[in-house]
Amino acid sequence: METAIIDESPDKPSARKPFLPNGVLGMICFVAMEIMFFAALISAYMIVKSGMLFWPPPDQPRLPVVATAVNSLILLASGWLLFKAERSFRREENGKGAYRLFQFSITLGTLFVLIQGFEWVRLIGYGVTMTSSTYGSFFYLIIGAHGSHAVAALIVMALMLKKMKMKQLSAVDFWCSQIFWYFVVGVWPILYILVYLN
Amino acid sequence: MTMAESTAATESSHEVHHHKEPDFWSKYVFSTDHKMIGMQYMFTGIVMALIGGYMAYVFRMQLAYPGEHVPGFGTVTPLAYNSLITNHGAIMIFWVAMPILIAALGNFLIPLMIGCDDMVFPRINRLSYQIFLISVIVLISSFFVPGGGFGGAWTAYPPLSAQSQYNLTPFGAPLWLLAVALEFVAFLLGGINFITTTMNARAKGMKMYDIPIMVWMIVIASLLFMASVGPLIAGAVMLLFDQTLGTTFYNPENGGDPVLWQHLFWFFGHPEVYVVLLPAMGAVAEVICVFSRKKLFAYKTILYTTFATGILSFFVWAHHQFIAGIDPRMAHVFTVTTVIISIPIAEMLFCYIATLFGGSIELRTPMLFALAFLAEFLIGGVTGIYLGSSGMDIYFHDTYFVLAHFHYTFFPIAIIGFFTSIYYWFPKMFGRMMNETWGKIHFWGTIIPFNCIFLPLFVLGMAGQHRRIYNFKNFPDLATPDLHNLRIFATWSAVVMLVFQIPFMINFMVSIFRGKKAGKNPWKANTLEWTAPSPPPHGNFKELPVVYRPPYEYSVPGREKDYWPQNEPN
Repeated sequence: METAIIDESPDKPSARKPFLPNGVLGMICFVAMEIMFFAALISAYMIVKSGMLFWPPPDQPRLPVVATAVNSLILLASGWLLFKAERSFRREENGKGAYRLFQFSITLGTLFVLIQGFEWVRLIGYGVTMTSSTYGSFFYLIIGAHGSHAVAALIVMALMLKKMKMKQLSAVDFWCSQIFWYFVVGVWPILYILVYLN
Repeated sequence: MTMAESTAATESSHEVHHHKEPDFWSKYVFSTDHKMIGMQYMFTGIVMALIGGYMAYVFRMQLAYPGEHVPGFGTVTPLAYNSLITNHGAIMIFWVAMPILIAALGNFLIPLMIGCDDMVFPRINRLSYQIFLISVIVLISSFFVPGGGFGGAWTAYPPLSAQSQYNLTPFGAPLWLLAVALEFVAFLLGGINFITTTMNARAKGMKMYDIPIMVWMIVIASLLFMASVGPLIAGAVMLLFDQTLGTTFYNPENGGDPVLWQHLFWFFGHPEVYVVLLPAMGAVAEVICVFSRKKLFAYKTILYTTFATGILSFFVWAHHQFIAGIDPRMAHVFTVTTVIISIPIAEMLFCYIATLFGGSIELRTPMLFALAFLAEFLIGGVTGIYLGSSGMDIYFHDTYFVLAHFHYTFFPIAIIGFFTSIYYWFPKMFGRMMNETWGKIHFWGTIIPFNCIFLPLFVLGMAGQHRRIYNFKNFPDLATPDLHNLRIFATWSAVVMLVFQIPFMINFMVSIFRGKKAGKNPWKANTLEWTAPSPPPHGNFKELPVVYRPPYEYSVPGREKDYWPQNEPN
């Protein structure tokens, strides 16, 4: 580390060894803003919920608590596999192990999104819609916001996977996509507890 | 001319690279150069300021001469009036103050002041401006849809904003929200760039306390913006769903909560005040140091105070809602935090005044504007203390007193702050000086009418004049000749002030092409942007500078020159 600072050639565009690489710092800023976004959704939900006598509304169907708990485990497993993939990538860049783990992680993430979509279709069939009550509105708003983030993150990770296969993936790019996916995985248990378990 | 010069400079500094001269489109429209993006933001902001100023002219005429024909517009209908005040507020804050103070100055100055060649994410920077431009187009097109532009006030409180049977602008309202949301995405991308660039790309030797205050202010403002904008985006999505899908997030009939929007809006809205204030404070700090030839008084105190202000600004939002039905116990808490936040700001103003004390002050145009900023913002701050105490606010809420108060904060920030920086950095932007005499005429022609507009409005507010009234003739208590003459006086002052912007425009345009050549460092300033050629070529510096000292070493005893640039070894 220290030798890197001294050895820097004067014509390099960045004159210092940054504490965090550019991409990572930018991604952290972005995720911080996303955390505030979800915090606002959650607090809006809590305020409206606290103003109601009965929650969830008696005439609305219940949410699938158990099926979603299993689905949550799938998502958490996906996050854990990504962590293992990172460890493997760090030991041996472009190794076979990292690629398999990363692929498996993305598959589990996709499975999570598909199961969520399946549950949504069933819920709409039971009569929970965006306009049926504030219960339904908040459910689709919050879980939908999470779902769209998951889809965006999966697309990014699929691109990274392709790069990894072509042995072009840089450690910083991999790191950035991980931060985003850890955010998607990490915010989920909070949403599950607040929205499903009540 | 300027263009030819900058071309020559580009070629000489890039002989090694042999890149071909970019054509018009890639140079001016799809440029990734931070200076060009800053200019794009600045010119877009100026155009929007003209639109916003025109709107102010139209509804001030309506208020002074209700129902009469307004020259250049026609008769103002109630619907048009609603749309005009809504869009005046939104444009002046979101499309003038933010693009000019944060985006234009941040883009132009940060890489120059910290001594690097460009932002760390140039393409994200270009994307930021393109999204901003789309938001401008969406906003302007919303004026021409059936029903006209959004008419639910710039704070967009539901149910007025959520249901088109109330605001009568079924298409204007969603378009307006969409424009606001796009604009925030643009500034989010810009803010990520500002923070990352300042943290990672500073010149060799530039430590944290060697960063000019201007850069710190823009970075802290970006941090505040990023921490506060999420809730507003969340609220805006919910409002958009209420408007278009028929959800009831804000509709109490079906279990929603209209005050929820006010919380989400002001949780963003109050830090937003500091988001635009801080860059203006930073520009004033730079100008005051240079034109009083003194070291900035208490650099570290100002920096820590700014952080304190930033943190406190997240705990004051409910002072906008004292009579919106919030818990009175909560109102007490927010009164206390609101009064506390005036302490760090006052401390910063005292530091600036202490910088002036004993300096050899030179009253050039930028300095005049900087001093005016201190004086006028002080009035805005002091009247804020009245409004911040919940007891007084019951009487003052939604009167012209509030209106005059926030114009005494936002006008110094957005307009005086902009003029301070444009007169000061013009030589660096275009390589030429602006005319001093016309600058001074413009200064007095702006500041005197400004006070003549808004001081009467304080009086009208205290007399009970409510903000959202289309025609005061319908209210006998408010239509007395005494009060009405004040309205007419304020209106004509506004017209005079707008007319005095013409000399500025002419001075600006003429100076770009015919001004006196500026040279590298016309103001004899220390910060790194003055070591680059004026205007800086692509890549900014011939050789990336190395920093040896803090930015405000003016009049150091024992030195021949009264300034000591950051990059001079001794």
